[in-house]
Amino acid sequence: MLAMNYRGPYRVRAEQRPMPEIKHPEDAIVRVTRSCICGSDLHLYHGMVPDTRVGMTFGHEFTGIVEEVGPLVQKLKVGDHVLVPFNIACGKCNFCKQGLYGNCHESNPMATAVGGIFGYSHTAGGYDGGQAEYVRVPYADVGPTVIPADMDPDDAVMLTDVVPTGYQAAEMGGIKPGDTVVVFGAGPIGIMAARCAWFFGPSRVIIIDHLDYRLEFAQNYAKCEAYNFKFMKDPVEFLKKATDWYGADVCIDCVGCEAEGNTLQTFSGRVTLMQAGAATALQWAINSVKKGGIVSIVGVYGPPFNLLPIGNVVNKGITIRANQASVKRLLPRLIDHVQSGRLNPKGLITHRIPLEEISDAYNIFSSKLDNCIKTVLIPPSARS
Amino acid sequence: MKNIPVNIQDIPGYGMDADPENEPTYPMKNYTGDDHNRINYERSEQQPADVELLMSTERPALTAVFGTSTPPSGLSGMIRRYAFKHSEDRYRHWIPLILADRINVYEGVLGDLAHGHIPNIFAERGLKSSWKYNKKGVIKKTVVAVLVTAAIISFFRRKKR
Repeated sequence: MLAMNYRGPYRVRAEQRPMPEIKHPEDAIVRVTRSCICGSDLHLYHGMVPDTRVGMTFGHEFTGIVEEVGPLVQKLKVGDHVLVPFNIACGKCNFCKQGLYGNCHESNPMATAVGGIFGYSHTAGGYDGGQAEYVRVPYADVGPTVIPADMDPDDAVMLTDVVPTGYQAAEMGGIKPGDTVVVFGAGPIGIMAARCAWFFGPSRVIIIDHLDYRLEFAQNYAKCEAYNFKFMKDPVEFLKKATDWYGADVCIDCVGCEAEGNTLQTFSGRVTLMQAGAATALQWAINSVKKGGIVSIVGVYGPPFNLLPIGNVVNKGITIRANQASVKRLLPRLIDHVQSGRLNPKGLITHRIPLEEISDAYNIFSSKLDNCIKTVLIPPSARS
Repeated sequence: MKNIPVNIQDIPGYGMDADPENEPTYPMKNYTGDDHNRINYERSEQQPADVELLMSTERPALTAVFGTSTPPSGLSGMIRRYAFKHSEDRYRHWIPLILADRINVYEGVLGDLAHGHIPNIFAERGLKSSWKYNKKGVIKKTVVAVLVTAAIISFFRRKKR
């Protein structure tokens, strides 16, 4: 089968690889119909995530048709077209039972701080991902969800990560009617977080980035205010002024470890890797939120540590909420939003690229070429 | 960029998920009290370990399922084995893993050559798309690289004399 093959930072290729096999009685093998490149895949692509091994296949956002099921799989059958949440969850451990499907205790032996994630390094369990023609899907009765007949497959693939992560970013913000919400990062997740924030009734949603084309897209898609921090003397000061010198009620970090905008953070986090990436957006979020405000984090950071103004968190009495999205918990609500036309996830997709051209697809997304917002890969078997 | 005012009431779904019960000081989970039973929950059947796996020292045993992609091998594998002797709290876990990742890149090139495949670094980096969408940038980078290389060569030549 054709699959993506990671060869080192900024180097990937598509090549023929062995078919995946059922390894556990609750596994399924899925023939991929759509697969996305996520902004967090770029952290792997840029060599920022420890234990990313050469030869691995990335991809944690995918849909596909069930080709084979293990003997203990009861809910799925061969031929079902499913969307597969990016988290691998057993559904039985205490964390899954409490709805924390992103924190499953039975899917990642390599690290305890994160549950299993498809195609996201050995730090997240060592699973090959969905940027391939076929993929092994563990706990097939738990995560995979049959795509409703009337749903566009492009909408479905966006429900595996982008939409739930954006929605949960807003949900974790505990937004109250009338609040001012600031979203850092106008990538696909940030745009979705800004769009979903409106579901909770704020009076203002502001998005901050440094790329004009993304800000313009966000403004149109999420109906929010958009500002470019490149043209600000100081983003924190700007946001204080924009909120009557009070601070935002809720700040959301949708950037993670590859932020721009602060020389010290960039040098220590991205150039020398002395910390787990540049935490510029999170620093701005902490310093821009009001006293007693809430900072919600869905941006991805590496495991060792980051330089942050934790003293300000204490002195301002800030609540920090963060997690990997609990996709399975959120799916029923989000499917309803999509089916009723309130959300248009496929509107984020700007590029549809054959899997064979994966090297170009990564470069286009990583280098922000051709006004790229979101890339979907189509395997050859899904085109015929 | 000009921000155009919108009537927020016209945004589809505006305010419909507002939840006064979403009190941020309470964790967003359906608390069951099962945490106090620790790891004594019903587990799925154990996946057989048919490849070498490195396991966090913060766990008593393997998880019921796990990935089997790219087992550790070569020099990078030796470094990874060392890293996994230390907990996730220690730098001596993470720093060696990053080092192993970098060494693994060279092992990958050697592996390719051993299999008779000469890696096409330009294609793997997707430079065709850079040329298609950002010709100016590619030319600028190339000129800078040529000038820097020429400056370094001339510096060392002068030093030799």
